[in-house]
Amino acid sequence: MEKKKFRSKKGAERVSLVLIYAILIIISLIWLIPFLMLIILSFRGEQVGMSVDYLFPKQWSFNNYVRLFTETKFLTWYGNTLLVSVIVTVVQTVIVLMTSYALSRLRFKLRKPLMNLMLILGMFPGFLSMTAVYFVLKEIGLTQNLLGLILVYSASSAMQYYICKGFFDTIPKSLDEAARIDGASRHTVFLKIILPLAKPIIIYTILTAFIAPWGEYMFSSFIMLGNDDKFTVAVGMKSWLDNATLMGQEGYFPIFCAAAVVVSIPITALFIWLQRYYVEGVTGGSVKG
Amino acid sequence: MNLTYLKMSPLEKFWFNFKAFFKRLPSSFAAFFKAIPKKLYKLWLAFAGIFLNIGRAARDGDWKTRTSFGVMGFGLICRKQYLRGILYLLFEVLFVLYMVFFGWKYLVKMGSLGEVACVEGKDPLTGITTYTYYDNSLLILLYSLLTIFIMAAFVYMWYQNVKGNLLSQQFVEAHLTLPTTKDDVHSYANENYHKSLLSIPMFGLVVFTILPIFFMIFIAFTNYDKAHMPPAELFQWSGFDNFVTVLGGGVSSNSKIFAYTFGEVLLWTIVWAFFATFTNYILGMVVAILINKKGIRFKKLWRTVLVITIAVPQFVSLMFMSQLLADQGLINKLLEKWGWINQAIPFLTDGTFARATVIIVNVWIGIPYSMLICTGILMNIPADLYESARIDGAGPVKAYMKITLPYMLHVTTPYLITQFIGNLNNFNVIFLLTGGAPSSLDMQNAGKTDLLITWLYKLTVSESQYGIASVIGIFTFAVVAVLSLILYNRSKSVKNEEEFM
Repeated sequence: MEKKKFRSKKGAERVSLVLIYAILIIISLIWLIPFLMLIILSFRGEQVGMSVDYLFPKQWSFNNYVRLFTETKFLTWYGNTLLVSVIVTVVQTVIVLMTSYALSRLRFKLRKPLMNLMLILGMFPGFLSMTAVYFVLKEIGLTQNLLGLILVYSASSAMQYYICKGFFDTIPKSLDEAARIDGASRHTVFLKIILPLAKPIIIYTILTAFIAPWGEYMFSSFIMLGNDDKFTVAVGMKSWLDNATLMGQEGYFPIFCAAAVVVSIPITALFIWLQRYYVEGVTGGSVKG
Repeated sequence: MNLTYLKMSPLEKFWFNFKAFFKRLPSSFAAFFKAIPKKLYKLWLAFAGIFLNIGRAARDGDWKTRTSFGVMGFGLICRKQYLRGILYLLFEVLFVLYMVFFGWKYLVKMGSLGEVACVEGKDPLTGITTYTYYDNSLLILLYSLLTIFIMAAFVYMWYQNVKGNLLSQQFVEAHLTLPTTKDDVHSYANENYHKSLLSIPMFGLVVFTILPIFFMIFIAFTNYDKAHMPPAELFQWSGFDNFVTVLGGGVSSNSKIFAYTFGEVLLWTIVWAFFATFTNYILGMVVAILINKKGIRFKKLWRTVLVITIAVPQFVSLMFMSQLLADQGLINKLLEKWGWINQAIPFLTDGTFARATVIIVNVWIGIPYSMLICTGILMNIPADLYESARIDGAGPVKAYMKITLPYMLHVTTPYLITQFIGNLNNFNVIFLLTGGAPSSLDMQNAGKTDLLITWLYKLTVSESQYGIASVIGIFTFAVVAVLSLILYNRSKSVKNEEEFM
């Protein structure tokens, strides 16, 4: 009796395990298939419009990749985006680290008001300020200019201090105090003690800062309006999609897919390499009150 | 909090708090207004303190200190605090030069925003029509604001200068050693370190965020639109006209349409944010639980599969999805070929379908993130809680409702709030997927899936309705601020009254 009950329970568990495996496999397929489709479509050799009722190409070819780099401005856009995101990464990381350290470790009169101010500023729709920023940039001659985009992206990076400050808060203060007693200045403490301990959060900041410009559309499309030599990849590829003739008659859809693959590869590689830090940052930052 | 509250399910608790917030609203308003006199008194004290300091400096100051009322930093230079003194003086000189040669001429025109925009003339020699541009309302407003910011900075610096001069005088009179230039420099790595760290970030914030926001708030009170485009035309102050138009009280024929559109878009924005946040959260948690379940192997593999999809830039997946789901897109074509459907499913072209589609695609985009976050926290739930629940005869569903969900909600409320606010302003998903389509004739330049932020984008970029767009921006801010206040309120009550375990 006892034994039978035990066995049936084990059976039920096994059924539920099988069920879960099935669900997980279905989930994985749902998540992976679109990306597989993207890759498959990018190898489509025949030049047809986008409304086709088959997935697998009739002839496989690298032609789309060749056309991507020879016939389109994709390489320029790629270079633009890379340049912008590298510079933004450096500036943003420095600014975020400075702001977070100041707000986490230093005590001054305006600390609380400053944090409240940034909270409130974050509630304004970013695009609201865009028109004004556009005219400021226009006055200093930086519209349709990568430097302008870099300025816009990095200028308000102080507002991203939140996760990083949360991390600094967890580093014991006794470390600072010990160093201060030994005669180190605040500046030395920041550079020599806090920063070496903050490696995970620095990598997290770098990773998010580097990825952001690749996907940002709203600001870059507005600033670069009308000059397709200065587009970023997101703006450029969207401009293909908006052009129905391009997509229909000239068969840009597979080229679009090829471009998507080329954009995704380096970021995916970087991401998988630094995944651990990303996960730490996201989970750490999401649970602090 | 009493026992009935503790017995409620999370949803009931949310509803309870939601109602409580609105019930409390009158009394919190009353409290707010009651607090005003006290605040005013405090403000008055602060101002009085400032004037007292200035008065004291005027009374007790020697001729060096008094001179520095006009020539900033004079006393400091005399007392050999060269660096500080020279910086003050330099600041003053720059300020005066700025005001005389630049700021002043814009500031005087702020009231009218310019008189003459552009004069058409004929070149006497060639006979070609020429245009001479004079006042540009836009630049007048922008530079006036900048000048006001700079003036405020100057007043602050001037006050610091007076205080600093008096202080150094008192130091000398008390025969104390004044901090030397070297000490000053040192202090910026120590007690004044926050100033060195924060000056650059704050400068960026002021110029590229705060100044523009002020500018756009002012624009909301002007008639800046297609018919009033600088430099060819001027625009003028128009009071609350734009607000009235958006709220439906305006005289123009499309005021009603604006009001209707605003209502529709606002409602959909809130519905969208709610569903987008909670579907992602709940389903992400379910996936995380499935992967975490004891006995499931290859945990890392499942997770990696999902994490890879985070790495592919969102705009790529969104634009690709918009192509796949189009009426003539691959998915419809395939389904037709297999004979499952007769005509294309209007994933993105029918209002209701499109709204469902964006939420579902958003789930596809968002689950990997929420799965990652939930995984970390789920592992922290003590296993013996589940064990005792199991012994008490609770099934997995009950255990989920009574243990997992409350715990997760408790820990991740801040995350949920930021997600919710982020979704209210989620530009990318909507714009790249549907572009706000399908558009509707009843609505002013908006479609069925437009959020406030994408509507704002369209009104600005393609319609040049800057005045109206600013009003909508301000309303968007109000909506976000009120909703986050409600949510923060709730999260505080959770923290104070219901410490978990």
